[in-house]
Amino acid sequence: MVKLPIYMDNHATTPLDPRVLEVMLPYLREDFGNASSRNHVFGWKAEAAVKKARAQVAALIGASDQEIVFTSGATESDNLAIKGVVEYYKSKGDHIITLKTEHKAVLDTCKRLERVRQERLDELKLLRLSQLAERDVSPEEVAELAVKHDLENDATYRKWAEMPTGGARVTYLDVEQDGRVNLEKLEEAMTPKTVLVSIMFVNNEIGVVQPIAQIGELCRKKGILFHCDAVQGIGKVPFDVEAMKVDLASITSHKMYGPKGIGALYVRRKPRVRIAPIIDGGGHERGMRSGTLNVAAIVGFGHAAELARLELADEAARILRLREKLRKGLTDALDMTVLNGSLEHRLPGNLNISFAHAEGESLMMGIKDVAVSSGSACTSASLEPSYVLRALGVDEELAHSSIRFGLGRFTTDEEVDYVVKLVVDKVRKLRDMSPLYEMAKEGIDLKSIEWTAH
Amino acid sequence: MAYSDKVIDHYENPRNVGSMDKEDPNVGTGLVGAPACGDVMRLQLKISDDGLIEDARFKTFGCGSAIASSSLVTEWVKGKTVDQAMTISNKDVARELALPPVKIHCSVLAEDAIKAAIEDFKKKRAARQAKAS
Repeated sequence: MVKLPIYMDNHATTPLDPRVLEVMLPYLREDFGNASSRNHVFGWKAEAAVKKARAQVAALIGASDQEIVFTSGATESDNLAIKGVVEYYKSKGDHIITLKTEHKAVLDTCKRLERVRQERLDELKLLRLSQLAERDVSPEEVAELAVKHDLENDATYRKWAEMPTGGARVTYLDVEQDGRVNLEKLEEAMTPKTVLVSIMFVNNEIGVVQPIAQIGELCRKKGILFHCDAVQGIGKVPFDVEAMKVDLASITSHKMYGPKGIGALYVRRKPRVRIAPIIDGGGHERGMRSGTLNVAAIVGFGHAAELARLELADEAARILRLREKLRKGLTDALDMTVLNGSLEHRLPGNLNISFAHAEGESLMMGIKDVAVSSGSACTSASLEPSYVLRALGVDEELAHSSIRFGLGRFTTDEEVDYVVKLVVDKVRKLRDMSPLYEMAKEGIDLKSIEWTAH
Repeated sequence: MAYSDKVIDHYENPRNVGSMDKEDPNVGTGLVGAPACGDVMRLQLKISDDGLIEDARFKTFGCGSAIASSSLVTEWVKGKTVDQAMTISNKDVARELALPPVKIHCSVLAEDAIKAAIEDFKKKRAARQAKAS
């Protein structure tokens, strides 16, 4: 008999591997020292443990020890990479290119940088218009006076506006229908002012793997730094910063069976990549990230990275087999299912599938003993369906009907069998009470009906 | 988000799921909501010539709260006159099911479905009377 509840949401987080917990425990008990304490054995022990973990994390991605900066997790790493590059290279340019399907930690960081730039430009406009009008100008008058003085063609203002603002201009690229970046469009978006391309390794909703090596090659050729949010892929799909020419990479421990609250930013040394810190303090992590190191978590992260490196090939094959069993089990039994995102370029453990005419949240309610996620609006407070699925051009109704299954290290055959049976049963039940399924079966084109949006 | 016991009960044991012949002159059909918004309700009422709701059936595409809201109103309208059914408000539904604020629109949809079904019935009746005269 299968044990309930079943965890199939390994993109949200992964359970702590018991082997990882074991190596962490001494550092939560007797080996509690501060890795920065240089004058006693407690500090030395902690420092040695951090050194080992740093090498373990580096080995997983083909980096050297000095290129690993420990952070609190991938959100911080994304912030540090993007804000750090924009700040450090502000005299070179201020343009960033990213994807519409990136994680919020990247998108919202970019949006803040756009806001910073806009606020600075607004200040400059006010200043210049005050000069031109030879009096103090209020923000309300800007629009009118800008037209009157033809501010857009004013040489002084234009010169000012080209000076560093502390913020950035951002291009959010569309993806293809399969969720992958179009490399030609990426190249077209690059300008002499582009300082950073930020593209994720594996998408957290649809599991689509981006062509990182080709993106890295292109960025290197153009002299643009390449940041990769590699959270979902590292430890599951081979990732090598040298082969892929990645300059900065965000990693987190809790997506690879390590503890939460610890992550890293890979920062390339050759050719050297510089970033300005966003947290000031004691100058830890070579000045890039101040703050006392979380030794126990770092030790766990390091061990999780080592296990991932050693077991990656076998584990990926095993999880892929289970994922395919799940996918075939569901699609053989049910009609009108749609796979979201590329099947070929996909994380082994990811299945994102829409069951047309059965709403995602109510399906999750029906399979409450199985932890999954949905792109349905109803799972978020915003009532908007997944922006990732919409960026793929997925029909809104199908976005509402999507379920994300995330298989992992501890998923079993029995669990997959149980989930297939349960989901098939519940989808059928929901479709039996779905007016849309009935209409679709009658051959009515749902698009031909005038619906009342609410 | 946790669901109320009543929502879970209606979700697990929905009342009056099904379809009626929409060509039947005594059946009023209300189809409200939109697939793109993630909620579509279809409520069908069998109404006698003297305006009594004899039976009700629903089908709903939507979250648990939407299914529960429509299931609940099928129970409520049965045996009521058309005029009585028109007074059922979304607030009654939301209160009965203890819907959280983000789910209030589900109860609004249920109220709209009753009104749309009755309107459809009235339209049919008017068309029939116009033909007869």
